[in-house]
Amino acid sequence: MANVLAYVEIRDAIFEKTSREVLTAAHQLAATLGGQAHAVVLGAIGVKTAATELASYGAEKIFIYEDESLALYQPDVNSAVVTALAESGQYEAVLFPATARGKDLAPRVGAKLGHTVATEVVAWTVEGGDIVVQRPMFAGKAMATLKFTTGPALMTLRPNVFEPEEKTGAGEIVSLETPEGPVRVTTTAVEIGDRNKLDVGEASIVVSGGRGMQGPENWHILEELVEALGDEAALGASRAVVDAGWRDHGEQVGQTGKTVSPNLYFAVGVSGAIQHLAGIRTAKVIVAINRDADAPIFGVSDFGIVGDLFEVVPVLTEAIRQVRGSG
Amino acid sequence: MNTIVCIKRVPDSATRVRVAEDGRSLDPAGVKFVINPYDEFALEEAIRRKEQAGEGSVVAIALGSADAAESLRQALAMGADEAVLLRCEGLHDALPVSRALADEIQGREFDLVLFGKQAIDDDNMQVPQMVAEFLGLPCATVVVDLSVSDGRVSARREVEGGQEVMEFSLPAVVSVQKGLNEPRYPSLKGIMAAKKKPLEEKEVVLSSSTLMLLSLDEPPAPAAGRIVGEGPDAVPELIRALREEVGAL
Repeated sequence: MANVLAYVEIRDAIFEKTSREVLTAAHQLAATLGGQAHAVVLGAIGVKTAATELASYGAEKIFIYEDESLALYQPDVNSAVVTALAESGQYEAVLFPATARGKDLAPRVGAKLGHTVATEVVAWTVEGGDIVVQRPMFAGKAMATLKFTTGPALMTLRPNVFEPEEKTGAGEIVSLETPEGPVRVTTTAVEIGDRNKLDVGEASIVVSGGRGMQGPENWHILEELVEALGDEAALGASRAVVDAGWRDHGEQVGQTGKTVSPNLYFAVGVSGAIQHLAGIRTAKVIVAINRDADAPIFGVSDFGIVGDLFEVVPVLTEAIRQVRGSG
Repeated sequence: MNTIVCIKRVPDSATRVRVAEDGRSLDPAGVKFVINPYDEFALEEAIRRKEQAGEGSVVAIALGSADAAESLRQALAMGADEAVLLRCEGLHDALPVSRALADEIQGREFDLVLFGKQAIDDDNMQVPQMVAEFLGLPCATVVVDLSVSDGRVSARREVEGGQEVMEFSLPAVVSVQKGLNEPRYPSLKGIMAAKKKPLEEKEVVLSSSTLMLLSLDEPPAPAAGRIVGEGPDAVPELIRALREEVGAL
């Protein structure tokens, strides 16, 4: 009864970092409640092989549903499988990553169960047997504290907030039967630009450019900085530059873009409009580089450099290369 | 094609959020309210499709306080044909809201129900999927490209680093993302015409929720940081601070 189920995403045979975070959180919550952490994975034939890794993040049981059609995210099959498990009576909570997939899926399960989902959760506690969570609202301008009044508690967890931690779990594999329920939507393709390119919402280091970049042709200096920062870094952009058509909306950070929680955030030529600052409120360390010493971004930055970004950034990139190179 | 567009009245994104005395809601004093920005893409899409087809209707539905009528008037001014306000007071979360919307939509004739991908106040991103489940309809979320022909839909949705293509039949529920189109501003003619268009108000009583809001808090103001220096000469000090003071890099 006091168990916790983690919905785990395996994209292209890769056990995503966000799912390691979810499984770790499920393990900690289950330990607090006095139960076990279980994982559920849907994927193409062969996903079972990749799923064995889940035991090392504390999964006692790993429910697997394999089908060729599940190489892609099929929302109806996913929601039927997760709902059936959630209804089995063994779970006090079901955790999803707040990724494109998790955010689409969790409310479908919520509607089937008759429960509202707590989305983008950044903290949880158990108080008198009730699960209490915190989630940002108004893109982080306010923090809501919510209590689940009936189980299972459904929540999506914001990426980069819960640190993955290796634990030993039994990892018993349980194959699931074909779920019942209508299939109304078919996902036919997924087109990923550059598979090595990390999404800004998931990266642990983000380099965002604003209007101070003066034009899309100058972005190479930020791309070089991202490259120097390594595999965990991604590019972001302010709303102004997305609205100007310099960068894709997928990179937009802020209230009408993505809300990010990286360990390190570089705001380059970003003045710091309220809606942008809201989107980076949970970033751990913020560095601002701006010509205008009065730019609001300096008010929220841990460290700032006042100066011409075209002079500062290449020097910074070189310095980071040296630091990284020398380990 | 007949389209229903569900919209929400929300604080403008430039709002500085202050928590009201009840400790659980936004203090509305001095706040400018607007149509949720993502809902404008949904409205634009519905109106464009009707204009291109030369037939069909666009019905805008909002759930909220009496003030939400203002957002519905704006939707009518953009080009919606009629509007419905499901009036209720207080804060409500996704499940009861979705039930009330689904109940209203159920009795209507439509091919497509459009939503913005999420409201920028509670950032929930749940209502479109829940309404679809209650109506038993196909649903795609965070859609940036939508093509419809002979009752079949192909929708491209934004995922990490790319797009996913989903196919399904009408009627369906779709939530839309920035990038789908460029929403219009209401014309003066549209604003005048909106005054004569039907706006129906209905009182709704929402079911109770399974998620209780205990409090809403303003996060602590970020500690003022420091300027490490000016120009490229400040880079070594920045690197040192990042490595030694915060353990980054």
